[in-house]
Amino acid sequence: MKEKKVVIDVEGLTKCFGAFKAVDNISFEVFQGEIFGFLGANGAGKTTAMRMLCGLSLPTSGKARVAGFDIYKQSEQVKRNIGYMSQKFSLYEDLTVMENIRLFGGIYGLSHKQIKEKSSELIETLDLIEVSKKLVAALPLGWKQKLAFSIAILHKPQIVFLDEPTGGVDPITRRQFWKLIYKATSESITVFVTTHYMDEAEYCDRISMMVDGRIKALDSPQNLKMHFSASSMDDVFLRLARKAQRQAE
Amino acid sequence: MIENDKTPWDINCRCVSKRYGSVQALSSVSFSVRKGELFGLIGPDGAGKTTLFRILSTLMLADEGSAEVNGLHVVKDYVEIRKRIGYMPGRFSLYQDLSVEENLNFFAALFATTVEENYDLIRDIYVQIEPFRKRRAGKLSGGMKQKLALCCALIHRPVVLLLDEPTTGVDVVSRREFWDMLKRLKEQNISILVSTPYMDEARLCDRIALMQSGRILSVETPQHIIEKYSDKLYALRTADMARLICDVQQMDCVESCFAFGEYLHLTFSDDDQAACLVLLDYLKKKGHQDVVCHPIVPSIEDCFIKLMR
Repeated sequence: MKEKKVVIDVEGLTKCFGAFKAVDNISFEVFQGEIFGFLGANGAGKTTAMRMLCGLSLPTSGKARVAGFDIYKQSEQVKRNIGYMSQKFSLYEDLTVMENIRLFGGIYGLSHKQIKEKSSELIETLDLIEVSKKLVAALPLGWKQKLAFSIAILHKPQIVFLDEPTGGVDPITRRQFWKLIYKATSESITVFVTTHYMDEAEYCDRISMMVDGRIKALDSPQNLKMHFSASSMDDVFLRLARKAQRQAE
Repeated sequence: MIENDKTPWDINCRCVSKRYGSVQALSSVSFSVRKGELFGLIGPDGAGKTTLFRILSTLMLADEGSAEVNGLHVVKDYVEIRKRIGYMPGRFSLYQDLSVEENLNFFAALFATTVEENYDLIRDIYVQIEPFRKRRAGKLSGGMKQKLALCCALIHRPVVLLLDEPTTGVDVVSRREFWDMLKRLKEQNISILVSTPYMDEARLCDRIALMQSGRILSVETPQHIIEKYSDKLYALRTADMARLICDVQQMDCVESCFAFGEYLHLTFSDDDQAACLVLLDYLKKKGHQDVVCHPIVPSIEDCFIKLMR
């Protein structure tokens, strides 16, 4: 089998807030072009772990390399080689569609020429021609999320982190969103995603399940179901997360 | 004024419309919730669910139409309605820098009652957050916040509960627990109107309204909505799902095709048995392996997608 390129390499990563271990000695690898589902109950430590991997927060101990860079010493290079999209905030609502693309293109260091090419390509593929001069606030949520994702990968990052990208999105748009994810992976972009929709967990190549700050299981959806003799990912999640001790953050 | 106890309904909406500038948030929405019913508003963001809650909780005026809650008119009788409803808004609305127990006491005091007086109603839920009663509300996890918010909405013994997306962003385990709590509240004869974007929660309601872009697509029991699904639905999977969806969409005989977890759900344009054979033959030629295809009973999400199209 072809040697798979590791784009996220985590070893013994830990983050404490005072006496509280939010992330407790986690280790895993994510491979290039893979869709990696990062699941866990509320308060399990997902957001804390993700913030460390994005170079936004320093670990208490442990090692991690993201896109080939050390998250302690090279956090700026990490940020330049990843994309990030959250459900709560990803675009400026009071800028137009075009202005958002130009702003983020500039932040990611693209040239004027590149921004021009990218924006017309993006507006066409997302079918946003008629609304390109409208404020983002006026777009339906599903469109915003598709646009936010496309902007998060504007600079062709090695990895894109998606924090609950489809929460509240209608069922048809939710599926169109996953098509965009598949398209990105076909261009070798690695996708690191959290979701509360268990059907979406099935679309991931591999899933990790965090419980009380630790990774309790990590495998393909099919193997996880087999291992826990569960009929769905919903069942797998319930079995693992019901054992959680931690109730509040 | 309508006599409160003679109507079988606790919520009555008649042709309610609301517009924000150029956005039609609600278009002539009508539905009723029976006394003691657990009624779900199911739909994505932008469906108009929150606007409807604001109108029913007397926080906003409808442009057109009328609404009654517990037999009282939302405009004329707004003061009385506010005493009788428990409203949990979609965004966490408790005081973040008050502790769990301070929040609860505060809401009890607002309604001129005490936590002790109504403790029996919230006991089941409160015991789960009691270990953290000294903790500030802002420091609780998502699931815990929702439990506290529900306690605060219940503390004055409301007749009608209005819960706007109480489970959004909450993990699967906490969601299940939350719905178990709603079931127990229903047994206390509290009427509950609850909204959710998670279609799988629809089957936990007595009746549901499927909503999209300010309109109600259907009001039924979950069972009836499923029975009314007129097409024959098939589940299909092969070893290579990413390629499968592209191949299936090429086929003329396939009417609709959507990913549902580990399967594709699809319907055929006509004579489904013949079409199914044609499809299987085509997939074989395309080199798909481990093909599994069988008819299935649709889920609420299948029904919603069909109504949207």
